[in-house]
Amino acid sequence: MRTIQPLDDTPRRTAILKKLRSRPTVTGSVIALAILMAVVLLAPYFAPQNPYDLANLDLLDGRLPPRSTSMDGMVYLLGTDDQGRDMLSAILYGLRISLMVGLSAVALSTAIGSMAGLIAAYVGGFVDTLIMRIVDFILGFPTILVALVLLAMMGRGVDKVILALVVVQWAHYARIMRGRALQERRKEYVEAAANLGFPAWRIMVFHLLPNCIGPVMVFATIQIATAIALEATLSFLGVGVPITEPSLGLLIANGFQYLLSGDYWISMFPGVALLLLILTINIVGDRLREALDPRR
Amino acid sequence: MNDILLQVRGLRTAFHTEAGAWPAVDGVDLTVRRGEILGLVGESGSGKSVTGFSLLGLIDPPGEVVSGEILFKGQDLRKLDEESMRRLRGNRIAMIFQDPLMTLNPVLRIGEQMMEAILTHENVPVAQARERCREALEMVGIPSPEKRLDSYPHEFSGGMRQRVAIAIAMLNRPDLIICDEPTTALDVTIQGQILYRMQEICRQHNTALIWITHDLGVVAELADHVAVMYAGRIVEAGPVNDVLDAPRHPYTKGLLDSMPANTVPGERLHQIDGMAPSLAGRPVGCAFRPRCPQAITRCAEQAPSILQEGPRSYRCYAPIAVRETTSA
Amino acid sequence: MVLFTLRRLIQSLFVLLAVSVVVFFAVYAVGDPIELLVSPEATVEARAATIARLGLDQPIWQQYFTFLERALHGDLGTSFVHGIPAIELIVQRMPATFELVVVAITLTCVIGIPLGLVAGLYRDRPLGRGIMATSVLGFSLPNFWQGMMLILLFAVWLGWLPASGRGDTVSVLGVPLSILTADGWSHVIMPAVNLALANIALVLRLTATGVSEAQTQEYVKFARAKGVKPGRIVRRHILRNILIPVVTVVGMEFGSLIAYSTITETVFAWPGMGKLLIDSVYQLDRPVVVAYVMLVTLIFVIVNFVVDVLYAALDPRVQLVAPSH
Repeated sequence: MRTIQPLDDTPRRTAILKKLRSRPTVTGSVIALAILMAVVLLAPYFAPQNPYDLANLDLLDGRLPPRSTSMDGMVYLLGTDDQGRDMLSAILYGLRISLMVGLSAVALSTAIGSMAGLIAAYVGGFVDTLIMRIVDFILGFPTILVALVLLAMMGRGVDKVILALVVVQWAHYARIMRGRALQERRKEYVEAAANLGFPAWRIMVFHLLPNCIGPVMVFATIQIATAIALEATLSFLGVGVPITEPSLGLLIANGFQYLLSGDYWISMFPGVALLLLILTINIVGDRLREALDPRR
Repeated sequence: MNDILLQVRGLRTAFHTEAGAWPAVDGVDLTVRRGEILGLVGESGSGKSVTGFSLLGLIDPPGEVVSGEILFKGQDLRKLDEESMRRLRGNRIAMIFQDPLMTLNPVLRIGEQMMEAILTHENVPVAQARERCREALEMVGIPSPEKRLDSYPHEFSGGMRQRVAIAIAMLNRPDLIICDEPTTALDVTIQGQILYRMQEICRQHNTALIWITHDLGVVAELADHVAVMYAGRIVEAGPVNDVLDAPRHPYTKGLLDSMPANTVPGERLHQIDGMAPSLAGRPVGCAFRPRCPQAITRCAEQAPSILQEGPRSYRCYAPIAVRETTSA
Repeated sequence: MVLFTLRRLIQSLFVLLAVSVVVFFAVYAVGDPIELLVSPEATVEARAATIARLGLDQPIWQQYFTFLERALHGDLGTSFVHGIPAIELIVQRMPATFELVVVAITLTCVIGIPLGLVAGLYRDRPLGRGIMATSVLGFSLPNFWQGMMLILLFAVWLGWLPASGRGDTVSVLGVPLSILTADGWSHVIMPAVNLALANIALVLRLTATGVSEAQTQEYVKFARAKGVKPGRIVRRHILRNILIPVVTVVGMEFGSLIAYSTITETVFAWPGMGKLLIDSVYQLDRPVVVAYVMLVTLIFVIVNFVVDVLYAALDPRVQLVAPSH
């Protein structure tokens, strides 16, 4: 059966189409992020200098402004810090640590939080109330404060930073997952699976989980940026990663004291790098959220 | 003696997608006289609500009123600028929506939402506006109107909210009220009350009504004229008794036959086979052809144009002849 | 309404109690409380006296009640570094932090809401999209670095504003306030902007999405069908509806800002509670850390409670739902 053809021209068509098309795509920002991540992960091959090999450093090269040259002819594109480290190399290495901490923290939080939320939703009753009360409690406090106090008591170290981040973050995922799982639980496929005699854990993992993972994933993407920013802040405040593995936050902290005398590059460039990393992740998360918005 | 209030010719409203613009209203003609009640009947997706909104210029992107004339008291509404249109809305042409829970703002009191309908068009003192609102609530049969003005929408029942909507529509004594399925969301007894009230008010103030509905029974009770809509076109129109006693278009007959009231108890309910086409899936030729029991070859080739038969009109190549109509 | 308020009050008290248990457990039971609460430089007699006073030789559950009792009397330990009660120390610094937070919240509302309104009304046009795009920057900038860049720009390169510290104060009802002096303003404006920026972005986006969602609501279409002027639709219909979630977020952010002031105060050497916390963490002045946590929790709980009640008061739908069933 032949159906009618649509009209292809009307007085306001161009104006209306322009409005319809205003949503930018996910692809562009994902590509940008992928490139950034590749650069960061391959840093050791890129960097002009290994900033943590003490043999490379010369204190006399300390606090040189951008584009200065060292004694042996190496160009410091972004200047050096007070120890004589090449800023560019330090930034590349620092990005790695920041990214690693962020990804680990989010991966763990997502895993723990999702399971907690799933169990709360599926088992219900007392277990649900208990888990959600704990979640509400944790979420009632500002993240930074809890992390700060935790680290004050645990001491420094990359693993401790990740732990602090996870303790603070998992509650978000638990809440999201539980909300979604509660909705899905009422659907027929869950009832069908239960009737077929599948054990509870199997239903949760193979049936519920795939359908509820959507909003959690979107949130997780944005949380990577939050985790990275949080780690940077904690390191800046002096309770984060130790000197042996400086993340961008620590680099910025190092440079703070020289800011007032005008040696801006020690703090500024690591900050720009951090900003770019966070910005890209946020944009990707934002686009992802818009693309998956059920109302469209 | 020109008492023609509204004359619509060739109204076409389309919705834009990347592929093109699909017409929801595809060449509609309507005539409404002063004080007359026109029933616009059709199933979901027929374009009847879109017609109503098009008349008031309330079609937002991605929709667009593409072509046609909307002559209200001789003036073409499509040629008016937004401010002039705004002055007509709620003033000379009012509208009642389907679901009063969604159409009244939940965080503002009823009184405020009523008074703004007056105060936006006339510069009267607030006390006077409030008094008019109170009278309007009384007119639609709401008890303790003075107290009710300070209530919030969620404190009313569905039927009462719709009465409030009617009161708001009548506030400025408009010439025409467009009612978009106002009783669909209400239960049958309330529906009867509302219908009665509306009829009374309209006769009293000589207000014209366009009553948009899918329920032929309502139309039979209420309207003077009826227009039957299918897939964006008016397929049959005329004085209500003539059309309902002796329908010409097979769709109209199908609708009449499928009414429970028209079925002998114990017999199966009559159904029109198939489903109404979607916006993008309308067949070439007569849109009703795939479901029509008396389609001929010509129906698939070209959409039929309007045939006039006195005060009646219809679009059909194989209309039901005068002798055949015996439905009760 | 009264029942609702009462319920929330009881819930808040429970939270406070829970926090006290957690803090107690973390401080007294996990580590060595003697080491945590007695200054390493104390003499043997002072040590014994502290142990007796704090009841550290009693069984755990009795210690908890002693702890609770002392807490309710405002005794949360004495600062190792400063030698005065921790609470007193914190209360001394409170006005400075509150000042900062109040200015930051004002900035948030005054800048965030109008910009969000514009972004929401012109969502599909370049202006709206530009504002939304820039707002992503607002919460992507790491707060401490942003503060440093502000200092770099306005203090080092342009020399317009002082780089750190609080300005001259004027005493009002015994509370020193710096926003009443011009010098005070030149000192408070940068840290306040720094504190507020992420919030401005948040409130802006919230308002914008609220407005563009409200525009598609039925009641807006109905108001247009009544012939209501577009200005009034935005003011009375749309704004009233979105103001409720926005106000609650701003209220909740108040507590959050007090926490985040830690960073800003560190960067700008602002003498508030937050800087005290960081210094205390460095100096291992643990009683102050404990006191800070308890106090901030209290503030948080109070703020959340007030916001909940406010929300119920603002949204007429909520009121009826709570008590009747």
